[in-house]
Amino acid sequence: MDADRIRRTLTRIAHEIVERNKGTDDLALVGIRTRGVMIARRIAGTLREITGRDIPTGALDITLYRDDLMRQAVGPQPLVRSTEIQFSIDDKKILLVDDVLYTGRTTRAALDALIDYGRPKEIQLMVLVDRGHRELPIRADYVGKNLPTSPEESVQVRLEESDGIDEVILQAGGGV
Amino acid sequence: MSTLSDGIDRKPAVTALRQKDLLGIAELTAGEIELILNTAEAMKEVGTRPIKKVPALRGKTVVNLFYEPSTRTRTSFEIAEKRLSADTLSIAIGSSSVVKGETLADTALNLEAMSPDMIVLRHASSGACHMLSRICRSAIINAGDGMHEHPTQALLDAFTIRERKKQLTGLKVAIVGDLLHSRVLRSNIHLLTRMGADVWVCGPPTLIPTDIRRFGVTATSVVEEAVRDADVIMLLRIQLERMEGAFFPSLREYFRVFGMTEARLRLAKDDVMIMHPGPMNRGVEIASEVADGPYSVILDQVANGVAVRMAVLYLLAGGVEHEEAA
Repeated sequence: MDADRIRRTLTRIAHEIVERNKGTDDLALVGIRTRGVMIARRIAGTLREITGRDIPTGALDITLYRDDLMRQAVGPQPLVRSTEIQFSIDDKKILLVDDVLYTGRTTRAALDALIDYGRPKEIQLMVLVDRGHRELPIRADYVGKNLPTSPEESVQVRLEESDGIDEVILQAGGGV
Repeated sequence: MSTLSDGIDRKPAVTALRQKDLLGIAELTAGEIELILNTAEAMKEVGTRPIKKVPALRGKTVVNLFYEPSTRTRTSFEIAEKRLSADTLSIAIGSSSVVKGETLADTALNLEAMSPDMIVLRHASSGACHMLSRICRSAIINAGDGMHEHPTQALLDAFTIRERKKQLTGLKVAIVGDLLHSRVLRSNIHLLTRMGADVWVCGPPTLIPTDIRRFGVTATSVVEEAVRDADVIMLLRIQLERMEGAFFPSLREYFRVFGMTEARLRLAKDDVMIMHPGPMNRGVEIASEVADGPYSVILDQVANGVAVRMAVLYLLAGGVEHEEAA
């Protein structure tokens, strides 16, 4: 996917969000760090163009909820970053945003983390890329692109804000 | 703040601690200190949530072993452990086998036989944590050893300063009080000089260790010199319980010559921060008006202590990777 394709995809998804939710009442976006936050901000921007309204947007760090945190024998701990959700999620429709959906474990951690913040009316999931190989019963409500992959391949999402370029590329074996 | 609201995260240079224990600031690099402080920022947010608990240390057991009285530090560690979902137990020495004559090493080895993951130790002997670190597999966290170090206090002080002043480099920090007996002073000197602060220490000549200048600080017995244009004034408690002999004529005289009063405060910068590791002796090292005044961040220090200790517990819980395994 190149920059144009990503932009069109996010615009399409923004329209789907408005259609499915019959507007943006009670809607709030929460991006999963790092690139989910950037995508959430772009979606919020597009939603503002469509509806003329600002949608509250937050950033969620799921590190402390990872299911593999204490399973590695020994090794350095993954880096923890700040969660910034400056609005109440109670009774809101929360749209969780991530760049890639793979095993579903990150989403599982994010659901647990979110529910510690309150009791949303509903949680929906949006991802830029769904690469398959789910290990948990989790599916996305909005998908930018379904990308069939083998587990040996790696999907790299690069975004202007962090990487200086908008692109999604598929790398063969051992990339991660 | 190192995590930015624009969604971009800076990659820090250091992503892990090198050692299994936190024995002192002397053993930490500037990068490791930054890592702990950055992690503490994320931990501080956990304390603002409706549910102040994350599952990060589920299944880990932490023993708090306190051989000296402590309210602040022990409570702070316990809250930090609980917020990370660790199982914790605190051993009050008065009601333990220690009163029957058991040595520290034996107590530790017996505790270790029940396989805790971490031991938080406070002890009156300098070096007690280093000794445990050699004989225990568990991670040892120093919660104050004798007159040696109190690393989590220095880390929470640095965190509190950084919150207000954004960075430590170039700040004038005046530390006034009982320099001789203070482990808080030693940890703070290591940390602040390593991070590029201009550190002044001040106290009666009898309470200034003779070799203190070796650590790259300016020492004086004139309090006005120390606090002039200071960005931070840190007061240390007069530790009567560690004083055998007369170091100064009386507490009243100490207050008259060294006590932090509003008049002395005016010599410092307009946005000076007043800090004290507690417990305070009001009317000895600090006047009540100053302790409760607008420049005081003493209670912020206590609040930040939980976040900093969560960061240390989290970072040490992973253990260290051995070179040959990589």
